[in-house]
Amino acid sequence: MTQAVPGQPLRLADRSPARRRSGRGSGAAPWVFLAPFIVLFLMFLVAPIVVAIGTSLFKVQKSGLGFDTASKTVFVGIQNYATALADPAFIAGFGRVLLFGIVQVPVMLALALIFALLLDSARTKFKRVLRLGVFLPFAIPGVVAALLWGFLYQPGVSPIVEGLKSIGISVDFLSSGSVLWSIANVSTWSYTGVNMIILFSALQTVPRELFEAARIDGAGELRTAFSIKVPLIAPALLLTALFSVIGTLQLFNEPTILKNLTTNITTEYTPNMAVFATTQANGNLNLGSAMAIILGLVTFILSVVVSSVSNRRGRNA
Amino acid sequence: MTASTTSVRVPRRATRSKSDESGGERRSPLAQTVVIIITVVALIYFLVPVYWLLVASTKTSSDLFGTPGFEFAKFNLFGNLAALTTYDHGIFWRWMLNSIIYSGLGSVLMTFVSVISGYALAKYRFRGRSIVLGAVLGSMLVPGTVLAQPTYVLLTHLGLVNTYAGVLIPTLVYPFGVMLAYVYAQTSIPDEILEAARLDGAGEFRAFFSIGVRLMSGGMVTILLFAFLGSWNNYLLPLLVLNDIDLVPVTVGLTGWFRQSIDIPALQGLLVVGALVSVIPVVVVFLSLQRYWRAGLSAGGVRF
Repeated sequence: MTQAVPGQPLRLADRSPARRRSGRGSGAAPWVFLAPFIVLFLMFLVAPIVVAIGTSLFKVQKSGLGFDTASKTVFVGIQNYATALADPAFIAGFGRVLLFGIVQVPVMLALALIFALLLDSARTKFKRVLRLGVFLPFAIPGVVAALLWGFLYQPGVSPIVEGLKSIGISVDFLSSGSVLWSIANVSTWSYTGVNMIILFSALQTVPRELFEAARIDGAGELRTAFSIKVPLIAPALLLTALFSVIGTLQLFNEPTILKNLTTNITTEYTPNMAVFATTQANGNLNLGSAMAIILGLVTFILSVVVSSVSNRRGRNA
Repeated sequence: MTASTTSVRVPRRATRSKSDESGGERRSPLAQTVVIIITVVALIYFLVPVYWLLVASTKTSSDLFGTPGFEFAKFNLFGNLAALTTYDHGIFWRWMLNSIIYSGLGSVLMTFVSVISGYALAKYRFRGRSIVLGAVLGSMLVPGTVLAQPTYVLLTHLGLVNTYAGVLIPTLVYPFGVMLAYVYAQTSIPDEILEAARLDGAGEFRAFFSIGVRLMSGGMVTILLFAFLGSWNNYLLPLLVLNDIDLVPVTVGLTGWFRQSIDIPALQGLLVVGALVSVIPVVVVFLSLQRYWRAGLSAGGVRF
């Protein structure tokens, strides 16, 4: 008896009927159901990471004197990591996305929060129009959004550049100083809507009685919004912050596409672009893998930091 | 992360909107004006690029550069569509077809895998369940683009580079879908119904396909929608994996044109109308299924 149920006491909390009658073969059913996912998960989530770690520890060495195409793979330990971390362009990419994130994420989330509060406010007219309008860009694939803004940044085609020029203001959205913010604009345009919807959904869960109480106490609409609504949806706000931070570090599509318009975006402009350039253009899988793993680790660490800050805030609230 | 979940939210919405209507207090004219200004500015910002795309795709190539961007000129939409169709032996439609294969077939398979896994995790208690759940949650934090390069390395080992399968199969791992399915299965399938089915002699598979799938159908549409959009937007992986221009999805194809259009200005006109055409199916699906993605986003949000 004791042998039949090793570790059983820990699982007494399970209340599912399936558990109670698990004697009759249903024990295998969940694993059969999960099998496709587990196989795919191991093959295309775990294995790539393992292979990439493995690959990152080797180096292809050309033998002979240049005419000889034979090459062999040798174990080099963490040399690729050292090379990546010593590459100023790769490191500069991290600095760039960090700067981008510090500015773009708060701006985008502030906009999303304002729109969500407007949608939530009882007396806002045009709610449907606002919701649909702000959200529509999210339905446009990020790549097409970047193409679209690419046209709007190009002198000659862009009605914005031409229009401003006609009233004597000359702007260059693609100069070395402005191009990062032009990319930030594309991200903001694309993703404000989805964050607005997440925050709006969170606002809907706030108990209505709290607003009534605040109103009776004489708090105005703005006061209610910032002293009651915003603190109560802090968890959702931090969730959107977390996803935005992850997204920022992965920045690839927009700069890659806008790179066609300006030399101010280099091939290693963001860490992900550096991974791509090293892997694809330079054909150095080993160094590319090391860079991808560094990027993955940095992303992971930042995610943990953001979510632990969020948990602490959540507990205080 | 789950600590912040507010579980009682569905009934509240109804009572709330009612008190919204009744509590009609006047807002000061100043506040009213500020709200209107914010709304108008927001709509201009978010919709003008879309409007520009609509206008630009009706213009001839020379008008694209020669006339003001926000004004309609000679209406040449059908001419542009014809040019798009014939250019390079209709390569554009080949890309659209590829995208439909990657996203259509991919999202159906992705949804199936997600739903059956979410169901298993929600409706059975078995040893190892918490490990699988933890793995699903944890892997939601692994961004797809970080995985793209390692996946490419793996695919080179497997000999799947430059094949449909090389783009299609890796995207089938969709932890967010599993998580959504798990939430839906938990909330929409009462244990009693499954138990009754079992008492009637239905096997576990029968119970899933005849009861589980039916009760989760709303959630399935949501997952399908997200999976479809996600893979339609997929860019980095196909860019790495595919070299053959006949195999690429429309996102990669169009950006290739964008690169070339610097040297071949005639491509700019095709690019504009191509971008419009590539967006239309997604926007239509998206707007017509609003109910589902809103539900999906709030469910996804509530989980955290």
